[in-house]
Amino acid sequence: MCGIIGVIDRGRKEMDGTQIRRALAQMNERGSGEGAGYAVYGCYPEYRDCYALHVFFDNIHENKKEVDDLLEQWGRIVHEGQIPTYDQPNLRKIHAPWRYFFKPDRSLMSWSPSPEDDIVTHLVMRINTDHRGALVISSGKNMGVFKASGWPEEVADFYRIQDYRGYLWLGHNRYPTNTPGWWGGAHPFNLLGWSVVHNGEITSYGTNQRFIRSYGYHCTMFTDTEVVAYLIDLLVRKHGLPEKMAVRALAPPFWDEIDAMGERERKLNTAIRLTYGPALMNGPFAIVVANPTMMMGFTDRIKLRPLVAGECGDRLYISSEEAAIRRMEPGVERTWMPRAGEPVIGRVNG
Amino acid sequence: MTIGSTPPRYRVSIDRDQCMLCERCVEECPYGVFRRNGERMSVNSRQCTACHRCIAMCPRDAINLEEQPVDYRSHPVWTRKVREAIYNQARTGRIILAGMGNAGDYPVIFDRLVLDACQVTNPAIDPLREPMELRTYLGKKPSRLEIRNGGGDDVELVTELTPNLQLETPLMIAHMSYGAISLNAQLSLARAAAATGTFMGTGEGGLHQAIYPYQDRMIVQVASGRFGVDINYLERGAAIEIKIGQGAKPGIGGHLPGEKVCEDVSCTRMIPVGSDAISPAPHHDIYSIEDLKQLVRSLKEATEWKKPVFVKIAAVHNSAAIAAGIARSSADAVVVDGFRGGTGAAPRVFRDHVGIPIEAAIASVDEKLRQQGIRNQVSLVASGGIRESADVAKAIALGADAVYIGTAALVAMGCRVCGTCYRGLCPWGIATQREDLTARLDPDVESEHVANLIQAWTLELSELMGAAGINSIESLRGNRDRLRGYLLDEGILRVLDVKPVGA
Repeated sequence: MCGIIGVIDRGRKEMDGTQIRRALAQMNERGSGEGAGYAVYGCYPEYRDCYALHVFFDNIHENKKEVDDLLEQWGRIVHEGQIPTYDQPNLRKIHAPWRYFFKPDRSLMSWSPSPEDDIVTHLVMRINTDHRGALVISSGKNMGVFKASGWPEEVADFYRIQDYRGYLWLGHNRYPTNTPGWWGGAHPFNLLGWSVVHNGEITSYGTNQRFIRSYGYHCTMFTDTEVVAYLIDLLVRKHGLPEKMAVRALAPPFWDEIDAMGERERKLNTAIRLTYGPALMNGPFAIVVANPTMMMGFTDRIKLRPLVAGECGDRLYISSEEAAIRRMEPGVERTWMPRAGEPVIGRVNG
Repeated sequence: MTIGSTPPRYRVSIDRDQCMLCERCVEECPYGVFRRNGERMSVNSRQCTACHRCIAMCPRDAINLEEQPVDYRSHPVWTRKVREAIYNQARTGRIILAGMGNAGDYPVIFDRLVLDACQVTNPAIDPLREPMELRTYLGKKPSRLEIRNGGGDDVELVTELTPNLQLETPLMIAHMSYGAISLNAQLSLARAAAATGTFMGTGEGGLHQAIYPYQDRMIVQVASGRFGVDINYLERGAAIEIKIGQGAKPGIGGHLPGEKVCEDVSCTRMIPVGSDAISPAPHHDIYSIEDLKQLVRSLKEATEWKKPVFVKIAAVHNSAAIAAGIARSSADAVVVDGFRGGTGAAPRVFRDHVGIPIEAAIASVDEKLRQQGIRNQVSLVASGGIRESADVAKAIALGADAVYIGTAALVAMGCRVCGTCYRGLCPWGIATQREDLTARLDPDVESEHVANLIQAWTLELSELMGAAGINSIESLRGNRDRLRGYLLDEGILRVLDVKPVGA
């Protein structure tokens, strides 16, 4: 089932984590107390130029040195430290969360048009496929993912999420079926600037995963959400598609609808389906994805999962339930239900 | 020493109480099994091929057929098959010919694969109530799209797409030439392809004028004999297929016996009446992958780059690497024909012992193309041994874009898989050119039967997809997560990249 929520302030006005913690807890009916997580953008202004790598270590003494060495091979660790946590009675701490602020050495991948991003992607794939007791859970700049096994309030209190401030937040309340109890299986999933929260099950996972693998992305988290982050990174960052067109590839219109379009539209949509057919995501899902400049929500082509949007001033909210939005912003001015496959997009101004 | 006669393969018997001496069986059987002998029918079982025409047509159900009525002493190694082959070759000193597909005792991988269905965590989709998309495009796809973003809704497509074939269902009818099969049979298949929004192959036999009305549904074949190939032929087809090899007989050419080359076949094939049409084993202008590339490009130049060009190969050990080479030519699709693919005539030793099954070939070709990042360069068509809609679903889940069905389409027109196609006496009017026999096949009726079959499989495929929570065929393609292997060994599971049941 799962409950998802996201909020963006287009004017980049910061919010602390109090409200999203409350909103997520409002949807506890949709979770099972075995996974929750938050992504926040704008939380590390003092290291805004560094990639903030959040890493789950199984054991700091055994597993950390290898990651340190790898990072130093590819760049410079500007700052690092444990992510502060606060024991909760019902939350068993099975990983040691750590964060690095990392600057890759551009010259080591000078042939690439985006050497820094590519180095970091390479490192994430490398560490996560090695299975050596380290898992990179977020790798964007000036942002971070905080997640664990537990109810949303417990996870929030574990990290004291209310102490972080950001202009864009995502939250996820999990009802796991694939990997219960595993922290890595909680959402949000992240790669570089992209974070994803997802409610549903992607029946096309095998196809998507094989497609994305031929572009060098390796799914390592044993869950279907991860593939969404990689697909969006491929389509938007690497192939330069506008976000709306990327959603068109992931949840395209039906052929009947395409056949009825005018010539220009028809050609465009046919080309998208032909080229990106293997990226089409089937099965029930509602997804909110974010990067540092925007947040976008969409559902599968026949809307088998709920998604509601709301607006209040500069803020756009997207969630599984209107109640959660109202919990966060009782004065919400407008709410609506987006149509199947139709993205709701909020961008920061300027 | 005399070898003597081998025991009859079949015993035909007539229930004298039922028989009313109508002589329908005499009329129907072109092999001469039946004869009126005074007030009773006499039977020569040795002539029987088990084509079942007499049984199907007897108004009184008076005919009975028994297979292998006389046993040899049983022996696990010296089977009936090998013993009889030796008697045959001792007598003739020749290569043994056989029809249809591989008759070896190999396990069918399709039958050891099971499909998935949704329960609770994701809903099954009901095709009666929700849209289900099976439309398939065959041809090259760009590896990425370039879209110019003018801001807001103003987006412009910069990438030009190459021509693709648009199929309404991922099933096509395989190449069976006019010559190997009758014009009525080909006409029925062509009408069925047109009615169901799909395509069929001409085989290496040219394009008869009667098929012209359906030419935009025909994939014209260029094989090593180049029979029937001229610019008119190439331009009429919707696509062109270069046949390098065939699953039933990898590594050797085709053979149409002169008995089947009548006036009409001779015109369409552009060869003299009554002459054997023997295609060479290799194309004499293709001795390397570069040569193939040149032929692909020549055909494209000849048709102004308007038509997709397919390349068909037999599934052999190294198919994956060969397909990767083909993907790098200008070809639009690779057709892989598994060792169960049918044929009108093939040496038995090839039919039963050369090549690999389509399931493994498709899996390894798809994987190799993906590893090399060129899967989008070509479509992948699976052919050879597709017997039911579940096979179609499994082939697609292993990575095929579409499948060809050959034998199944013939069975829909009455074929009983007797495997005697090479004699040219097909009592069902399919694999024959004898006018009285071809007249038995009514294209109005049989085109409907074939179209029904395609429609029925398409419906079943929709149901299977819906049950798996998938509403578009592209999400089934290569989705090996939705397959599980049942009692397949670890090695083959690794090749298929499929988990065992329960995992």
